[in-house]
Amino acid sequence: MGLWDSYRMRLRRKRRLIRAVRKSAELTLLQDNTRSIRPDDILLVCTMRNEQIRLPYFLEYYRNLGIGHFLFVDNGSNDGTADYLRGMADVSLWHTDASYRRAGYGIDWMNYLKRRYAHGHWVLVVDPDEFFIYPFCDTRPIRALTDWLDNSDLRSFAAMLIDVYPKGRIDAVSYQAGQDPLEIAQWFDSGNYMISRNPEYGNLWIQGGPRARVFFADQPKKAPALNKIPLVKWDRRYAYASSTHALLPRGLNQVYAADGGEKASGALLHAKFLDTFTAKAREELSRKQHYGGSTEYRAYAEKLAEQPDLWCKWSEKYINWRQLEILGLMSKGNWA
Amino acid sequence: MSGLGIVMLVHTSLERAAQVARHWTANGCPVVLHVDRNVSTEDFRAFHRALADDPLVRFCSRHRCEWGTWGIVAATQAASEVMLEEFAQVRHVYLASGSCLPLRPVQELIDYLAERPRIDFIESATTADVPWIVGGLSHERFTLRFPFSWKRHRQLFDRYVALQRRLGIRRRIPDGLVPHMGSQWWCLTRQTLEAILRDPRRSEFDAYFRKVWIPDESYFQSLARLYSSNIESRSLTLSKFDFQGKPHIFYDDHLQMLRRSDCFVARKIWPHAERLYQAFLTDADRARPRAEPNPGKIDRIFAKAVERRTRGRAGLVMQSRFPGDGAEQAITAGPYSVFQGFAELFDDFEPWLARQTGARVHGHLFGPDRAEFSEDQSLVNGCLSQAAALRDYNPESFLKNLIWNTRGERQCFQFGPADNQAVNGMLARDGNAQISVISGAWAVSLFRSRRSFADLRRQAARLQQIEAKQLEKLREPWTRARVRIWTMAEFVEAPMEPLQAVLEDMGVASGRKLQEVPTMTNLEGFGEFLQNLKNQGMHPYLMGDFPVGQSPASLSNTPRKPYLVR
Repeated sequence: MGLWDSYRMRLRRKRRLIRAVRKSAELTLLQDNTRSIRPDDILLVCTMRNEQIRLPYFLEYYRNLGIGHFLFVDNGSNDGTADYLRGMADVSLWHTDASYRRAGYGIDWMNYLKRRYAHGHWVLVVDPDEFFIYPFCDTRPIRALTDWLDNSDLRSFAAMLIDVYPKGRIDAVSYQAGQDPLEIAQWFDSGNYMISRNPEYGNLWIQGGPRARVFFADQPKKAPALNKIPLVKWDRRYAYASSTHALLPRGLNQVYAADGGEKASGALLHAKFLDTFTAKAREELSRKQHYGGSTEYRAYAEKLAEQPDLWCKWSEKYINWRQLEILGLMSKGNWA
Repeated sequence: MSGLGIVMLVHTSLERAAQVARHWTANGCPVVLHVDRNVSTEDFRAFHRALADDPLVRFCSRHRCEWGTWGIVAATQAASEVMLEEFAQVRHVYLASGSCLPLRPVQELIDYLAERPRIDFIESATTADVPWIVGGLSHERFTLRFPFSWKRHRQLFDRYVALQRRLGIRRRIPDGLVPHMGSQWWCLTRQTLEAILRDPRRSEFDAYFRKVWIPDESYFQSLARLYSSNIESRSLTLSKFDFQGKPHIFYDDHLQMLRRSDCFVARKIWPHAERLYQAFLTDADRARPRAEPNPGKIDRIFAKAVERRTRGRAGLVMQSRFPGDGAEQAITAGPYSVFQGFAELFDDFEPWLARQTGARVHGHLFGPDRAEFSEDQSLVNGCLSQAAALRDYNPESFLKNLIWNTRGERQCFQFGPADNQAVNGMLARDGNAQISVISGAWAVSLFRSRRSFADLRRQAARLQQIEAKQLEKLREPWTRARVRIWTMAEFVEAPMEPLQAVLEDMGVASGRKLQEVPTMTNLEGFGEFLQNLKNQGMHPYLMGDFPVGQSPASLSNTPRKPYLVR
């Protein structure tokens, strides 16, 4: 990387940060518990829209992992999300009706919140349908992981998206609030991920899984990116550059080993495909607030009408993180 | 009071350190604590208050302890002096850290040491004999100067080392001293420790070690060699290091493993490992036979972790393992075979191969319309799809995925110039690939097709060009694949030998003659076909000198039969 390139990236990062501050004007603080954030708390930042039904289990899952404080951006929900979160001491809530797309698909808002509240904290950025899995997550809390990362001088941790889906039509079973989505959607694709290196940010670009297989088999370039770096020891100078796929400065994207070794990594089980999805896809299609003019949702809407079963005989049933490790989807790396 | 005294170096998680200190004193072992000067006064006072009422606890003067620097040795000296002065009954001094945890009842350690009153337990080896050095400095750590912090001023550190090397500067090692290294955590007898601390030459040694790199792993280790007559070169503290030289950390889920290790003390324990502290500090009398420490299983687990981090699983490409070109011998997870021209030349090659080898035999995986998986499957292991667009979007990922997903089952597939050629480079570089090519055999399918000759001619020219380019790639000097290339003429002349050789390479049919051979397609008229192409100005050369004009005698009479050598 030349000097010019470094300078360009630096400018881009600054621009991201300025945008974040500018876009923060769109946020209205509804519930401020940020004073209760302790210096060593692990934070979670999340933008959502009409996901109230998912929140009970989401909060339970991440509280159990040891998240200290939740910072939510509610992007125009009208399903009672704000009411539901009211009064929770470990939740701070912002509201905005502004455009998700124009806020860089939410990252401007979240970059701002992290800059303001997460400096010096480990912070996890996930969607309400993503469940963070890491090595030993069944026996060690998330603090064990962040302590180990600190100890190893690591600042960021990769966890690729793994889409989980039910066997049968995705609208066959209706999801109940508080239920573990994995009870319904417990199948995943284990070995069809396409990986290349993105020279611009130095991160890996991963596509594949059931979405590429079923919805994008004839236009794979448009298949959604699955690489994510959701856990970062935040510094106010950092910024997510595109969703949680890439960070600036670029050094944070070096979450993989290029010499043949394996670095430690986790997974985000993505329980998008529940019965709630059909309605969601319809709504998002009309709102056009998602990446690439919501082509993704257009593809879903078309395909789902004809073939709503993502399951095939080679689908794997999710058991635990060790299974993902054996399959080669994540790694313990040097952690033992 | 027992004859075992504990020197404890503390810098973080003071509550845990206090808890462990109380555990030692409750079992009659005096404890001298050194608290890192970097700990805030406030925290130190609280810590001090928490332990001040214990008659067996002392605090020593505080030094700043930075990894790899003299401060740690100074702290150890200060604390040891207090120990020797204040507790006259102490026969053995055990050096521990705040994150060490006794795994066995303290009385067992006391008894163990009482039975070995004159033995110093200190890992101590000469630099030539230790494998664990991280960072490249072994003997030089005793002959160069290290005034800059490795942690904070890495560049300065490295440059100063380079400068000294270039100028050939060497420090003099004090007379009589032979540098030894080993684990920082020791257990020394009072005699040895006193001899070290009260040595008339101590100021000379101290001045020397002050500028040695990582003196906490060499000061006592070297000096003990001068005074001890009875060194047992091992540490009683179980402590494992990762590939960066950082200690591995123990968590709740290591409980059973730690129990079975029979080690006396382990480090480092994660401060929030509640179950470990609970289990080992509130010690119910566990009736276990007394055993020598045996950390074998733990050793293996941590050795595996280091191996995984440095070498990884061969052939795996994933989010945290993405080997660059040339980083590995084999870029896939296991051996596989590629056949080019065989399916064209033999009518029943694929089923025959499957029967002979028991391997999974696919058709043209990189065919233009789709990936022709075995048994016409549309998806295979790992939900890998036959869709051509998906495959061609990243053909290398496709192949690596297939081989990874089917670990344990050998894969074979057909290849040819009509297929997507994007994997050629990878196939050639992959030490796992066994590639067998009958060059020019693609012409057989043209020969048998019924398209217009002008069409065929164009097609033949195109395929020949592609195959020529591919063969060039396979013949590059850096090719790692096992490549065999025959011209078609050569192959048809004596097909048994090549077939036999290929199968032998795959680990079948070794030593015995093939029981069953595939049926060669009828080549009558093929020679004329080639000649026709030539007459049209397209020179097919990859098939070698095929009998032109009249079919060869052996082909004309009883076609097929002559090749079915039984």
